[in-house]
Amino acid sequence: MELTLTLNGKKMSRLIEPGVLLLDFLRGEGCCSVKRGCETSNCGLCTVFLDDVPVLSCSILAARVQGRRVTTLEGLRQEAEELATFIAAQGAEQCGFCNPGFMMNAIALLREKEEPTVEEIRAYLAGNLCRCSGYEGQLRGILAFIEWRKKKRGGAQ
Amino acid sequence: MKIVNTSVPKKDALQLLTGQPVYTDDLAPKDCLIVRLLRSPHASAIVKSINKKAALLIPDIEAVYTWEDLPADAKRFTLAGQTYPEPSPHDHLILDRRLRYVGDPVAVVAGRSEAAVEKALALIKVEYEVLEPLLDPTAAKDNKIIVHPEENWEALCPVGADNKRNLCAHAESSAGDIEATLAACDIVLDRTYHTKAVQQCMMETYRTFCTIDTYGRLVITSATQVPFHVRRIVALALGIPKSKVRVIKPRIGGGFGAKQTCVSEVYPALVTWLTKKPSKIVFSRYECMTASSPRHETHMRVRLGAMKDGRIRGIDMYAVSNTGAYGDHGPTTVDLTGHKPITLYRTESYRFVSDVVYTNNMPAGAYRGYGAPQGMFAVESAVNELAALLKMDAFLLREKNIIHEGDYLPSYYGETNTSCALDRCLMRAKELSGWEEKGLCRKLKNGKVRALGMAMAMQGSAIPYLDVGGATIKLGDEGTYNLLIGASDMGTGCDTILAQIAAEVLECDLDAVSVFGVDTDASPYDSGSYASSTTYLTGQAVYQAATELRRRLGLLAAKLLKCEPEEIVFDGKKAAKIDDSGALTLAELAVASQSGNDVALDVTASTKSTASPPPFMVGVAEVDIDTETGEVRPVHYYGVVDCGTCINPNLARVQTEGGIVQGIGMALSENVTYAPDGRVYENSLMQYKIPSRLDNGRLTVVFEPSYEKSGPFGAKSIGELVINTPGPAIAAAIANAVGTRFYELPVTPEQVAMAAARLKM
Ligand code: FES
Ligand code: FES
Repeated sequence: MELTLTLNGKKMSRLIEPGVLLLDFLRGEGCCSVKRGCETSNCGLCTVFLDDVPVLSCSILAARVQGRRVTTLEGLRQEAEELATFIAAQGAEQCGFCNPGFMMNAIALLREKEEPTVEEIRAYLAGNLCRCSGYEGQLRGILAFIEWRKKKRGGAQ
Repeated sequence: MKIVNTSVPKKDALQLLTGQPVYTDDLAPKDCLIVRLLRSPHASAIVKSINKKAALLIPDIEAVYTWEDLPADAKRFTLAGQTYPEPSPHDHLILDRRLRYVGDPVAVVAGRSEAAVEKALALIKVEYEVLEPLLDPTAAKDNKIIVHPEENWEALCPVGADNKRNLCAHAESSAGDIEATLAACDIVLDRTYHTKAVQQCMMETYRTFCTIDTYGRLVITSATQVPFHVRRIVALALGIPKSKVRVIKPRIGGGFGAKQTCVSEVYPALVTWLTKKPSKIVFSRYECMTASSPRHETHMRVRLGAMKDGRIRGIDMYAVSNTGAYGDHGPTTVDLTGHKPITLYRTESYRFVSDVVYTNNMPAGAYRGYGAPQGMFAVESAVNELAALLKMDAFLLREKNIIHEGDYLPSYYGETNTSCALDRCLMRAKELSGWEEKGLCRKLKNGKVRALGMAMAMQGSAIPYLDVGGATIKLGDEGTYNLLIGASDMGTGCDTILAQIAAEVLECDLDAVSVFGVDTDASPYDSGSYASSTTYLTGQAVYQAATELRRRLGLLAAKLLKCEPEEIVFDGKKAAKIDDSGALTLAELAVASQSGNDVALDVTASTKSTASPPPFMVGVAEVDIDTETGEVRPVHYYGVVDCGTCINPNLARVQTEGGIVQGIGMALSENVTYAPDGRVYENSLMQYKIPSRLDNGRLTVVFEPSYEKSGPFGAKSIGELVINTPGPAIAAAIANAVGTRFYELPVTPEQVAMAAARLKM
């Protein structure tokens, strides 16, 4: 079947098998940031934006995104780099395998909320498993980013 | 120190955080054959007949291999990534006629699409002779069911193995007369402990792709911690010369020991070697949970002898370690179960006896801590119970009994405790956690109980006399350096840490050191990243190589400036004559080294170690217990660590935090249990619960460094140590809250709720 979508800002049409998962479709399109960590929708590694809303690409058929906008970390380079600097300053990226999914969801949270609390951050990102970091460093990084953004925006006013 | 002991970001941080294609499956050629395995549905069976005709008729199927396709005289091998000759018995075949656990490979299928392979798997007809499985490790020794009856089973090292008795290993060690010591004690605590086969759960499952290069050699790209061992193991498995195999390690999505076993490599290697076509295998999470290499389930009996005043005089331990269907890492993991925890205490005598047994469970392997977390849970739990019996503070009891710097360690291979801040770690942990002010247990307004528990731990740094660290440093263009290593950065940050060590010696910026690793054709030999060895052992190799390169830079400069090498002063940027009568910048030296030069400006250093200096840790768990539901929620975990000098404090901290949370999982939620027919129940991340960010509370980690003279800039290891304390510390906190001690991990809410109910009655 034919699938038309906007992937990372580019309109495209592809012939696909009806049963193909969005995750596999995206990897096939070279969006290797999208990772698979499970078959049971538990890990969050495969998180992408569907019309700006984070979704698990392992749990959606590619056919379902007909006519819609899909964004992966490849399409968010600048926004990702800003936040990434703060995570890196904590050394909280270890193996990095969970990072793309985590970054997508963290970016979604930081777009949605100006100053989320620790509890809100944890709840929002609860579906993003990380086996390496123990989560604490990721949290420090996000909090530092929020501080920085507050100052930056305050300064701009 | 300028760069060592600073928290520089990891060299690959931004690449990883922005999702660049750097992992095995991101790099696999698009036209790879897809490799999957048909796995045994039975815990013990013999393949009576196997028919693959229908599967081979599927147009997109390239090959189906069964035991019949392998040479009848194929030699057995081990999948454990260890220095040759491996202590782990040679008990594997790529495909065997006898199947020893639910998940044991029956056939290898390769095809051009997932769908075709899936279909082929369903079409292979196998007739099994189903045998009665052996599932109870405590009954395995000398059982009438023998897991490895075959004649070509082989133990290369004297590890006390005997396949006809289901023994993968047996060992005994002691110092002093333990029976006499225990007989003279006021109190002898005699307890049995049990820990389960927890899973590493690295986020990237096992995966490998293979190609054939221009010279007809097999190139294996794999998520592995042990590229050089993979080369040897695959060559042995395929019966081809090692020189025909090249192994490349790209970025790895976590290892924790899982990837110290050659779990996925042999299958695509077989396919590519026979078909000469690229192929890849990517394990599903299901396979990762059911047919992998988890921690050895262990039963331990501990006898702890002490006097009324709190003097611990002797520790006696007997451990039965369940290696499952194959003996990968069996003989060696158990060694740590006894020797690591017992060594924490100054005793008059000790004894440690162990049996490692085969069963028809999934094979075990290496997992962070190796066998230490099991033993640490047992011994630290026993010491906590002793403290309660004596009505003595758990910290005070430790202070009276711990080893100190300079101590001779009979239970630690007769080594000397060359660097040790364990005493300071205790002091600091007590302070940091508010141990004295908070009290062991208090009621909260919401009806829950908040409780504290503590434990200590140690690990080693590298395997002495055996493992080899290697590093090559060369001067590159523009006065920068290339650092080539054979150790695997699996997320731990060793690429960065080793570059920091090089930059410190060469007095350059971190950016001036480009790291390359790992390719067995280009990297210097290194045993690999395991046994807490990289910073300590490979770090020494880097230190030595960089130091020698400095000397050679001086030689070249002296030649060019026409003076003696002793007259040259090198400050990292330039080599100048002492009297200031001439100087060359590093960039000028680099140019000069490429024209009419005969001073080689690349240096390789190999290191071995003659000791395994232990790092130490003290952990305090603060948990909230709901006495109605039995839920145990960690609210705060305090960790104080002596890993010697922190080469990179940030990375050491995150390692510690990650290890603590894995330990929390092992203590409270991670469990592998078996159905009566030998199937694993916890076969996905849905059933097998690793901590999410809602489960671990806050973490506070501080360092209390000693200085290890034999390590690079005083460093010891950290990676494995940090998983050890949560098990016993959390179990102690629960006991402090509900008055019942738990002798098995994980401690489940049901058990806690029942105990709390008993307390109320
Ligand atoms: S792959 Fe695990 S949630 Fe999508
Ligand atoms: S950094 Fe490895 S899983 Fe998160």
